[in-house]
Amino acid sequence: MIAYLLRKLATLLPTLLGVTLVAFGLIRLVPGDPVEVMMGERSLDAASHAAAMHRLGLDQPLHLQYGAYLVQLAHADLGLSLVTREPVIDELRVLFPATVELTLFAMVFAVLLGVPAGMAAALKRGSGVDHGLMGSALIGYSMPIFWWGLLLIMVFSVDLGLTPVSGRIAVEYEVVQRSGSMLIDAWLGGEPGALASALRHLLLPTIVLGTVPLAVVARMTRSAMLEVLREDYVRTARAKGLSPLRVMLVHALRNALMPVITVVGLQTGSLLGGAVLTETIFAWPGIGKWIVEAIARRDYPVVQAGILIAAAIFIVVNLCVDLLYGLVNPRVRDAR
Amino acid sequence: MSLLDLRGLQVRFGDGPRALLAVDGLDLQVDAGEVLGIVGESGSGKSVAMLALLGLVDPPGRVSAEVMRFDGRDLLALKPAARRRIVGQDIAMVFQDALASLNPAYTIGYQLQEPLRAHLGLRGAALERRTLELLDQVEIADPRQRLKAYPHQLSGGMNQRVMIAMALACDPRLLIADEPTTALDVTIQSQIIKLLLRLQRDRGMALILIAHDLAVVAEMAQRVAVMYAGQLVETAAVPRIFDHPAHPYTAALLAAIPEHSRGNARLSALAGVVPGRLDRPAGCLLAPRCALAQPRCVAERPALVDAGGGTAARCFFPQTFPLTAIVPEAGGG
Amino acid sequence: MTALACADAEPPSPARELWQSLAASRGALAGFGVLALVICCGLFAPWIAPHDPVLQFRADLLRPPIWSAGGDARYLLGTDELGRDILSRLIHGARISLFIASMSVAMAMLPGIALGLLAALHRNALGALIMRAMDVMLALPGILLAICVIAILGPGLLNTMLAIAIGTLPSYTRLARAAALAELGKDYVTASRVAGAGTLRLMVMTVLPNCMPPLIVNATLGFSSAILEVAGLGFLGLGVQAPTPEWGTMLASARDSLHVAPWVMLMPGLTILVSVLAINLLGDGLRDALDPRLKKVG
Repeated sequence: MIAYLLRKLATLLPTLLGVTLVAFGLIRLVPGDPVEVMMGERSLDAASHAAAMHRLGLDQPLHLQYGAYLVQLAHADLGLSLVTREPVIDELRVLFPATVELTLFAMVFAVLLGVPAGMAAALKRGSGVDHGLMGSALIGYSMPIFWWGLLLIMVFSVDLGLTPVSGRIAVEYEVVQRSGSMLIDAWLGGEPGALASALRHLLLPTIVLGTVPLAVVARMTRSAMLEVLREDYVRTARAKGLSPLRVMLVHALRNALMPVITVVGLQTGSLLGGAVLTETIFAWPGIGKWIVEAIARRDYPVVQAGILIAAAIFIVVNLCVDLLYGLVNPRVRDAR
Repeated sequence: MSLLDLRGLQVRFGDGPRALLAVDGLDLQVDAGEVLGIVGESGSGKSVAMLALLGLVDPPGRVSAEVMRFDGRDLLALKPAARRRIVGQDIAMVFQDALASLNPAYTIGYQLQEPLRAHLGLRGAALERRTLELLDQVEIADPRQRLKAYPHQLSGGMNQRVMIAMALACDPRLLIADEPTTALDVTIQSQIIKLLLRLQRDRGMALILIAHDLAVVAEMAQRVAVMYAGQLVETAAVPRIFDHPAHPYTAALLAAIPEHSRGNARLSALAGVVPGRLDRPAGCLLAPRCALAQPRCVAERPALVDAGGGTAARCFFPQTFPLTAIVPEAGGG
Repeated sequence: MTALACADAEPPSPARELWQSLAASRGALAGFGVLALVICCGLFAPWIAPHDPVLQFRADLLRPPIWSAGGDARYLLGTDELGRDILSRLIHGARISLFIASMSVAMAMLPGIALGLLAALHRNALGALIMRAMDVMLALPGILLAICVIAILGPGLLNTMLAIAIGTLPSYTRLARAAALAELGKDYVTASRVAGAGTLRLMVMTVLPNCMPPLIVNATLGFSSAILEVAGLGFLGLGVQAPTPEWGTMLASARDSLHVAPWVMLMPGLTILVSVLAINLLGDGLRDALDPRLKKVG
């Protein structure tokens, strides 16, 4: 298992390096004066401009600049935001957990509802239940999620007043941020009603962000289950006189999980994209909203950092998926 | 009273006149401790019949029988939970492709223990002891190590032994082996056959052996049932069926054994193909291919008749021909 | 005895077979029908739309659709916060969405397939380099990659097209390479090469057509996700800019009038949903028809 893990890490490193190259290149590809782009200062006189170029290392050959960039990254120095003049890494530390909390909940939501839905559809193949579930799934991933969010806000927040419109917790609660998760901190803080408020704020964004993964997971579970249920080993399990529940959960599901895990991994990657839209609608203070605002405001160091983080997350998630594979399917571990 | 009493078994896929009759009125009796061989080509319905017995035929297939009794109990009348107590415990089945029939995600120890836990309620030390015992009985060396192995780490022969061990776990009264050696190398084949024979003798188990290889059946079975296109066409005791086949199809199968064509220019074979769903003859199913077919054979369906000496055959003219008449090239030329 | 002429002596052509297979699925047919409708709207927008999409009717701000109280027969689906006819904007929006989506699919597919075939042929450093580059591009989720490109190039219609194309290119490359590798391993290719067939000719005339089915399916689904991405970028203000009537951009400006004029938000969203749904249904049908192995089990 360890050997497998190390092998996987080895293939990831080039990709990670490639991403740093993209982030490095991004700023230098923006048309216009690089000093202006990187520092946000314009109309400098020639002397200050030359000094700035030197300070930013822009007068060095490209490969040296890239090397310097990598060193910077190694020191967790992501530069300064052009808008706030604060270190990007500090802003990242505050906003990143919010996105993680939302993404995690959305993925759990998608899997907890999607896998049973797919299994039910597979068992009752061809029936009304099957068509209904799969039809809903189809609609689920054909929908623009920002519209879905607006719709839910309109019905549940505006018309029914059941859920809040924005933020992570109602304004009146003072919560000390310790763990990064508003939910945990609200619970630890002990203020009455804070936990409930945090939960209510989390509800709609989770549903909105989790809808597409839910649909995809449900469809994939169904098709994987149908394939597996035809296999010889399922027949053997039934011939052993095991209960249908056991046959389905122990024998079928375990093997159907492989493609489902793949899909969950891929969806987590696309969740980062969905987070951008969801956070914008619900004013959820995460890195998605941060990146979008940064682009509108031409805050390039932030955009650069955002790309790096997004790609790093995706790569790590894929590594976890590969690890899970190895756990679930022993054959993969031995394969060269 | 027979251990297994099967009469008029029918497995039908689809409805109406276009339905496929995978099994068309099969009658079988197996006594305790008896070895029965079922022989037939692919598509003859032999595997489907056994699956129907175990309740493993799923919609759109439909199973019906006049009688389906095991140990005096009517299998069709049982509730699913009750039937599951018999299946896997008193009746067990071993399949053809052992690697595909074992779950790749679990160790063979785990899969072996499942019926022991579910049916016998064994746990802990007793469970482990019994598991090792079973592996011993199927002649697997170093059983303790093997328990932790996964199916893909073992050879085909080993996997088949594991499957047999799994089937024997709860001391079944009837073991059904569906072409257990077809997917194996020739040397391993004979080992597995010897193993099955020994186990059957030692335990006094009834054994139904499905094969398309007559040689295997000759070695093991006391009685043989021959199936064609879903129907039972002959059933007889072993030495007799090979020396005096009563049904033309049985004769053709025998003639097709390469040894019987020694000296011939070609292997003998029956011309034509097995009828499928849409071209089932109105009369005897073999009539289009049978060299001895009479007008009556084309018009009417024969029923099983007693052809003497414990043989039953589904033919209007059983045992009234020499071998050479069926396969002109057999025995010379 | 005269010889009877057989009516259908020849087997149906692949195109006809495809059509027959598609027609068997009601979902695919419905999808095709709706898509045809949307395409018509897009093609004939200037003639079908009742009004100019950017024209503001100051006297009729936020008019509800015709079936509501206060609706007006001139504006069948109502007007938005600037008094523009929603129906006309939707019809013209179809034109924009379809245009951008199809262009970006083409811009991704052609270089993507070329790169994939190249990577399959040259299984050395060049191929490895290409695939690593694709890995890097795939490390960023689609919309984020598009946002990056927009960050460099700035917002707008053309840049949106480019951004989406760059985001989807890697998947075509991977598919093309995988399919080509499978074909190249087959005996007929080895035989052709031994016989002296030129590689380029071989790739284009024989290998490529056999790779098409998964590529076509991917293109169809890519088309639907392109529409969603265009709308998403428009919604964020990074894509097509106002006052151009793009569906996503329409949704962005509808946010403010959510509680008083829900139809301004509902209409564009429903349009996107229906269009994307139609394409997905068609895509599912195509996948089942083109490659029986990929068929949904059952």
